[in-house]
Amino acid sequence: MTETAPLPPVRSQWWDVWDQFRQHRGAMIGLGFLIFITLFVIIGPSLWGLDPNETDIRNKNLRPFYTGILSGEKWSWAHPLGSDNLGRDVLANLMQGGQISMAVGWTAMILSLVIGTLVGVLAGFFRRIDGLLMRFTDLVLSLPLLPLLLVMMLLFRDTLRAAFGPETGIFILIVVGIGVTSWMHTARIVRGDVLTIKEREYVLAARSIGTPARRIITRHLLPNVMSPIMVSATLGLASAIITESALSFLGLGFPSDFPTWGKLLFDSVDRMASFPERVIWPGLCISLTVLSVNYIGDGLRDALDPRLRGQ
Amino acid sequence: MSDLSPKPLVQVRDLKMHFPIFSGLLRRRSGAVKAVDGVSFDVFEGETLGLVGESGCGKSTCGRAVLRLYDITSGSIAIDGEDIAKSSQSDLRSKRSLMQMVFQDPMASLNPRMTVEAIIREPLDEHTRLSSAEKREKVLELMDAVGLNRAFSGRYPHAFSGGQRQRIGIARALALNPKFIVCDEPIAALDVSIQAQVVNLLEDLQDQFGLTFLFISHDLSMVRHIADRVAVMYLGRIVEIAPADQLYAAPRHPYTRALLSALPEPDPSLENTRERIILKGDVPSPANPPKGCNFCTRCPDVMAICRDQEPPEVDIAPGHRTACHLYSS
Repeated sequence: MTETAPLPPVRSQWWDVWDQFRQHRGAMIGLGFLIFITLFVIIGPSLWGLDPNETDIRNKNLRPFYTGILSGEKWSWAHPLGSDNLGRDVLANLMQGGQISMAVGWTAMILSLVIGTLVGVLAGFFRRIDGLLMRFTDLVLSLPLLPLLLVMMLLFRDTLRAAFGPETGIFILIVVGIGVTSWMHTARIVRGDVLTIKEREYVLAARSIGTPARRIITRHLLPNVMSPIMVSATLGLASAIITESALSFLGLGFPSDFPTWGKLLFDSVDRMASFPERVIWPGLCISLTVLSVNYIGDGLRDALDPRLRGQ
Repeated sequence: MSDLSPKPLVQVRDLKMHFPIFSGLLRRRSGAVKAVDGVSFDVFEGETLGLVGESGCGKSTCGRAVLRLYDITSGSIAIDGEDIAKSSQSDLRSKRSLMQMVFQDPMASLNPRMTVEAIIREPLDEHTRLSSAEKREKVLELMDAVGLNRAFSGRYPHAFSGGQRQRIGIARALALNPKFIVCDEPIAALDVSIQAQVVNLLEDLQDQFGLTFLFISHDLSMVRHIADRVAVMYLGRIVEIAPADQLYAAPRHPYTRALLSALPEPDPSLENTRERIILKGDVPSPANPPKGCNFCTRCPDVMAICRDQEPPEVDIAPGHRTACHLYSS
């Protein structure tokens, strides 16, 4: 007891995680862009002030400022990214649409992640329900998704609209629809990893200590299957945004006066040759958001692994 | 020393651990791997019982079954007078603090995502209601006891050497002040110089805390050094159990003799005269053991009766039992 110097104060390991995360340049750039785009879609509309649905027929089909300046076509500072064939401001639509797309993407991704992880962990850990859960997963996986979503929309749209109002109702419907049709891959990956990890000696050691199953799962299994979950999360966000666009395109998503990035994209496809900017901007928003989330997931995965930390 | 106060802390009787084999299209049960097939022994309080045998003979399974990490097939296990053979895992939970385990591979037995402090604290989290400051103090005391620097408490297992990791595993096993610790080949994965350190640490801790060990190993000389009594296993059965000195001086069972003849002799003049008994053939599959004595396929002294009847366990000297037809009549 005499020679022990006072120990340094306990530093939360989250500081180490943050230090490691900062080392990952892609992740930092991704985080910066994600914060920017989030502020853009949340605060942007109130700063910009234009109503995305306001039609201004005299100023329809304006080009964005850069093409306008370069080629001398019709443009205006009132609509710096141009306007569409009804004279609606593209910038305001991008902001408003981003709100919906991001909300749908994140919520559906988290929902599918929770379902997938839950099913995967239960199937991997408890052998008794493994067969049942995985056959159920196969069943959902083999369903044709678009017709299924279509039926869901038709069956539940009016009930949900009546219960929660038109916007929230359709939002819940889309999020749940995407969530419950996209958890299967996560479940399979997680189950596979749980199957290998539960045979490791440290899980046996936890059982010899008397740790009950639920805490073995939260303490030993989940932290060690974090990496594949993180990877499916980043992929899941992308596919949720894109599935929502596909639904909007089929007319099953949000009502037509409700812009989302996917819908802006699809609305502009037929006039893509004359007005490429109407496709480029929403497309860029989707892909950059997805890319930045991918990089953040990458950096987070490295930062959460103590073996890679501090190298 | 333990023979003077023969109070068994652990009594194992006719322990069987069979793992089912499923085969065919319908995954029907077609047989069983008899990893442990009728093992009986006592471990007396404060002693070290060595459990030796070649790999695949069921040593580790036996150790894990004694701690009820498996649901055993049949038999009885009494620890401190209480039969735990048929308790459910939730009933066992309260008794887990009595009995702990040190694992073979210190790389695999520590969760790579937990700090040393969290690893050693886990048993305290599960079984005690101490405040976090008290737990931390206890963890640091345990780290002192196993010879780890207190300043390392916030590090992760990958930052340690094999010997240090094994110390972490030992500290975790000690956290609840258990009486009985199963050491499942704790030194097999370590360098020779580190093996000695870890074994000496285990001996010191045994003196300090009055621990009882079941020491599973295939290292015969290390078992001779640490164990008070030694049990020799072959194909799921104990063939001979005796006080260590007696067993190493005068092995009786043909398998023990063959096993001990493989032990090198430090004295060169004796080493030259050492006679090795080389066994022929392979260990039979535990899924399909031979009729009669398990060792009859390879035994140099095999008799007709060996292929027909299982040998009973007989006492040939006080505390010295063997299961062999050579001594049964």
